[in-house]
Amino acid sequence: MAEKNKLSIICMSGDFDKAIAVFTLASGAAAVNYEVNLFFTFWGLNAIKKSTGRRFIGRGLLARIFNFLLGGRNNLPLSRLNFGGASPGLMTGLMKSRNVATLPELFQASLALGVNFYVCEMAMHVLGLTRDDFIPEVKDVLGVATFLELSKGGQTLFI
Amino acid sequence: MSILNLDITKDRCPMTFVKTKLKLEELEPGDTLEILLTAGEPLNNVPRTATEQGYTVLETTLVKENIYKVVIRK
Repeated sequence: MAEKNKLSIICMSGDFDKAIAVFTLASGAAAVNYEVNLFFTFWGLNAIKKSTGRRFIGRGLLARIFNFLLGGRNNLPLSRLNFGGASPGLMTGLMKSRNVATLPELFQASLALGVNFYVCEMAMHVLGLTRDDFIPEVKDVLGVATFLELSKGGQTLFI
Repeated sequence: MSILNLDITKDRCPMTFVKTKLKLEELEPGDTLEILLTAGEPLNNVPRTATEQGYTVLETTLVKENIYKVVIRK
């Protein structure tokens, strides 16, 4: 059996379309037997919050307002033509009608195929969140040094 | 020795690969999986990646226009 390839993605964006790119690459790579590491930081953290909608979570008033406004996986905006939040729903409908996997399906596929989810320790701290605010599948909370170690020898993308 | 079936002719990337991988993981040694897929990306890559993962591709046959059957054994 061939040696295992590796793909690591720094997931910075909280945009719907970029999250689709992340989970498409992640599930596709895992499906062809890559080790996949996703390192979520800043707005990217919204995609892996335990609560998928808008909730006042986090430590401190400002962080709670931020987290409410940012929301979770169901509130990710399209990076273009968002139309006040209407477009992600329209885009999902279009994807379904064309038999293309939707964001929830790609997300579930990534989980099912054992993609590794990591949270950026610094960004988590800024937003006043704790590990409990994220999906239980999160493998660890990391900093730059550990991420570099994990991604060493593979391909790394920044989305 | 059971034979499993999978039709990914209606699926698009990356679900073609995702569904294949999840189905391959159900195989016991000696089992075979018959996959129906379309020409292009699935036909070019499903057999190749299965071989890379240690499976044996037994046959690839054209069943009707643009649709192929790939048989893979664990």
